Amino acid sequence: MARITAGVATSHVPAIGAALDNGKAGEPYWQPVFAGYEASKAWIAAEKPDVIILVYNDHASAFSLELIPTFAIGCAEAFAPADEGWGPRPVPVVQGHPELAWHLAEQLILDEFDMTIVNRMDVDHGLTVPLSLMFGQPAEWPCPVIPLAVNVVQYPPPTGNRCFNLGKAIRRAVESYPEDLKVVVFGTGGMSHQLQGPRAGLINREFDNAFLDRLIDDPAAQAKVPHIDYVREAGSEGIELVMWLIMRGALDDKVRVAHRFYHVPASNTAVGHLILENG
Amino acid sequence: MTEKPYHDIPGTVLFDAEQSRRGFHLNQFCMSLMKPENRAAFKADERAYLDQWKMTEAQKQTVLDRDWNGMLALGGNIYFTSKIAATDGLSFRQIAAMMSGVSEDEYAQMMLQGGRSVEGNRSKKDPR
Repeated sequence: MARITAGVATSHVPAIGAALDNGKAGEPYWQPVFAGYEASKAWIAAEKPDVIILVYNDHASAFSLELIPTFAIGCAEAFAPADEGWGPRPVPVVQGHPELAWHLAEQLILDEFDMTIVNRMDVDHGLTVPLSLMFGQPAEWPCPVIPLAVNVVQYPPPTGNRCFNLGKAIRRAVESYPEDLKVVVFGTGGMSHQLQGPRAGLINREFDNAFLDRLIDDPAAQAKVPHIDYVREAGSEGIELVMWLIMRGALDDKVRVAHRFYHVPASNTAVGHLILENG
Repeated sequence: MTEKPYHDIPGTVLFDAEQSRRGFHLNQFCMSLMKPENRAAFKADERAYLDQWKMTEAQKQTVLDRDWNGMLALGGNIYFTSKIAATDGLSFRQIAAMMSGVSEDEYAQMMLQGGRSVEGNRSKKDPR
């Protein structure tokens, strides 16, 4: 059967992608950010997942206000990098895994998570920056990726608890897939940041590090934290952190921390990153 | 306007149902700037381009004035309004500086020093 071996959490700051694409990764400003992912690249090269389920949010690239799915699963053969206003990122087309994606969609819906099924979708920096951070700049991404897009643009996003329980349902669905596949789940976005209004630039190291601690050791408690706490403490865009709970829900109650990294700033944002392994 | 618990957070407009309804046409205009031909048409004659959208006059004026906070107040969402910034060749950091009323250098310096503190910024009731 298929099984989930590990989870990866990371911020998905667009400027990180731009720095990499424009050859600025070695500059003093960016060097500490990329240094935090050196161990991660070695880890994933050794881990060799067969498939990645990548939880992220679209930033008004694939979804406008015409259609706002709370949870959407990408079932297509492939997903092209989106043109976000400067032309698409020069990264490989993301290959999907339609067979597993459709299986997940079916099982999740029967498990009472009413997924939106997406057969055509471009993917923006929310999905491609985490891949760049973990894999660098390969000619092709090393494995298929199933995009799982969560609405965090239109308030309210799904609750932390709903996200945590979706993660658990994803695990059940993966484990009911007959083929032997090693699956790694990514939860992306965050950490503290606010991109809008006079409070733009908000960063909260204390909140972020407490979130990391609780995500590792007591995710059920973190799942109960209401939206208002994220918005007030971690900024209006810090609410993206609920997506990390989907990844965490898909893992064992007790996990091993293979890697932990935190850095301020990357552009407007606090960068957080975890690699968590099942037993 | 229904009072919401997040209305007391200073300097922040949450893109909730009320804002989304108010800003639908403004945001869909922004979305149209994803296409290069639309960016060109907008740049060639901003007023004429805006007049093709069912936006209020006040919304159009905030766009013409590049009043980034004004757009948010009238229903704009930052991920949409930032497409106008991209059309203008402005970075996210540049408009973040404008929205928070400081120069880009001051804003960049604040971020390098760990960002804007949450102390005094949690609630409009906080001592400033």
